[in-house]
Amino acid sequence: MAETTTGLDQNSCDQMTLETLREFPEGRNIWTCIQCGLCTGTCPYGEHMDYPPRRIIGLLREGMLEEIYNSESMLYCVACYACKAKCPRSIDLTGILLPLVKEQVLIHRPELPAELQKALENMLRYGNPMGESPRKRALWVKTSEVPIRILSEDRRPTDVLWFVECYTAFYPRGQDNCRATAKIFNRLGTDFAILGNEEKCAGECGRLSWESGLFSTLMEYNMQLFAKYKFNRIVTSCTHAYDAFKYRYPVLGFDYELEHTTTYFARHLDKLKPLMTKKLNYTVTYHDSCCLSRHNGYYDEPRAILESLPGVKLVEMTHNRINSICCGGGGGGMWLDTYYKTKDFERLSERRVKEALATGADVLAVSCAYEISRFEDALKVVGGDKKMIVRDITELLAEAIE
Amino acid sequence: MNILVLLRMVPDVVEELEVAPDGKSLNDEFLRLIINESDNHALEQALLLKERYGGAVTVIAMDQPEIDDVLFTALAKGIDRAVKITGAEKGLTTRQVASLVSRAMPTTPNVLPADLVITGCQAIDDLDGQVAPLLAYDLKLPYLGLVTGMEVDLSARKATVVREYAGGVRGEFDVPLPAVLGIQVAERPPRYVPVAKVRAVAKSQQIETAAAGALTQVPAVDVVEMKKPEAAGRAEMIEGSPEEVAAKICGILAERGLL
Repeated sequence: MAETTTGLDQNSCDQMTLETLREFPEGRNIWTCIQCGLCTGTCPYGEHMDYPPRRIIGLLREGMLEEIYNSESMLYCVACYACKAKCPRSIDLTGILLPLVKEQVLIHRPELPAELQKALENMLRYGNPMGESPRKRALWVKTSEVPIRILSEDRRPTDVLWFVECYTAFYPRGQDNCRATAKIFNRLGTDFAILGNEEKCAGECGRLSWESGLFSTLMEYNMQLFAKYKFNRIVTSCTHAYDAFKYRYPVLGFDYELEHTTTYFARHLDKLKPLMTKKLNYTVTYHDSCCLSRHNGYYDEPRAILESLPGVKLVEMTHNRINSICCGGGGGGMWLDTYYKTKDFERLSERRVKEALATGADVLAVSCAYEISRFEDALKVVGGDKKMIVRDITELLAEAIE
Repeated sequence: MNILVLLRMVPDVVEELEVAPDGKSLNDEFLRLIINESDNHALEQALLLKERYGGAVTVIAMDQPEIDDVLFTALAKGIDRAVKITGAEKGLTTRQVASLVSRAMPTTPNVLPADLVITGCQAIDDLDGQVAPLLAYDLKLPYLGLVTGMEVDLSARKATVVREYAGGVRGEFDVPLPAVLGIQVAERPPRYVPVAKVRAVAKSQQIETAAAGALTQVPAVDVVEMKKPEAAGRAEMIEGSPEEVAAKICGILAERGLL
């Protein structure tokens, strides 16, 4: 089990507002800031912000936060936990202060970038940010080579409730991850089932992208759904859902055992190794995702899987583990690419794949559902799509297991 | 200034539409309704006018599934009152909707007189945009559609309205108030309202109701048959190396006599 970097009492965290911050130990901690600026220096878009994290804390302490509300600075925050990870005072900027500021910006700003607005409206109406019909969420099941049980059709208790999530369920390349996950569960003999069309986005990016009300709506829905069925643990393909369940859902009583598919498979590596019969012959570099790695400390589990794959050589990028650079998809960034383009920023996914290409690897391995589409697109943009492919660790694992 | 906005719900095409067994209506088993897009622009335009000139905005809508969500969202965005007309039959025609709404307006307390009645100028189930002009006819008010912006002079009791035609041609018109306007697009994209605000409004504010009157209008147009469009042609994907693809394209062009 990896060391976790939290320490928060989540119940108090959900009651905190900008006005009541000082009534809670985690909130009071913000007043211990020494204004060293490590947060701003490590922030991937910090150089573009009028109000980078250090200044936000300064303004908060002077009671001048209103200055931020009409600026665009918060639109550049991709909730990557880098500022929090580097803070010598362990101030939880990403988890506490920035979402509260973003919420206020949303209330004060007359217009949101259209792409982000549409994604938030879609999450509320359809339960997924892409605006697909909820009735098509489990369509990919028909393309699976192994049988998949949907709980609404077969209510028997299950060991693993696999929470598939949006980008895995709807996005065509995400569905490759679904089929791979199902195949490995099957080979492991795991008793698993999914929620099918009943599942809705866990909503993590709803909260981190300013929308606490949207997040609460989705959280209440999913908690009622979980209560309908009997299962021993939740395993999810989405690192953002993992974060939502681990840190936010407990406020509504979530106390199920929880794992991400990557850590679940890493835990079963001894059973999986004898099944790996195909030699892959890849040089792989691994991108540590913000949620799974930096926020939750799972640096070694994904690498353990990769190193056990026959014929795989693992090479590291310059920025790895806690220093990994965000793909740019978190905190609503997934739906701000057009906006960043108009600002003439180098998109973070492009910055990251350039670093991946420099390793000479031919596979960029990932563990977060956002990254497949982001990095595949970025490789095309920087002209690297003939040199490197992007694969979820689960896909590589399934490929090695014939 | 008193502004009255009519909002209508239309089938959401994110769900695949199916024809009902009767062969002339939509199967409502999986049908989901969503606010008509240009009505959403009419709501935004009303909010912009309220911000610019002051006054109050009342939204009126037929009671349909999910209409409460739409009305609470409108209240959260800043309208003053929401009224839904209850007890009407399902499957009304545009003529019947206009008639029911126009008759509910005078009988609902404090809805009329309004300086402006605005709604979307068309809908996916009303592509020729009949609802707003029929409403104007029933209310005996002037009507202008395709509206994309306006200035109001309340003391002179007139509005100067911009209409946008196909090909980017614009026209400016003066219309005496009160009037009915069909909005094509608002002067700004419809605003976002935080879900937390909608949830708070749903707990603290009320949607008023008004009973639908009897149906007096006989539909002027009958639906005879409804069916899905048939595929008329198809695309052929040409595969192979660039040389092979080029040769095949040349072959097809030559075969069709285009070379």
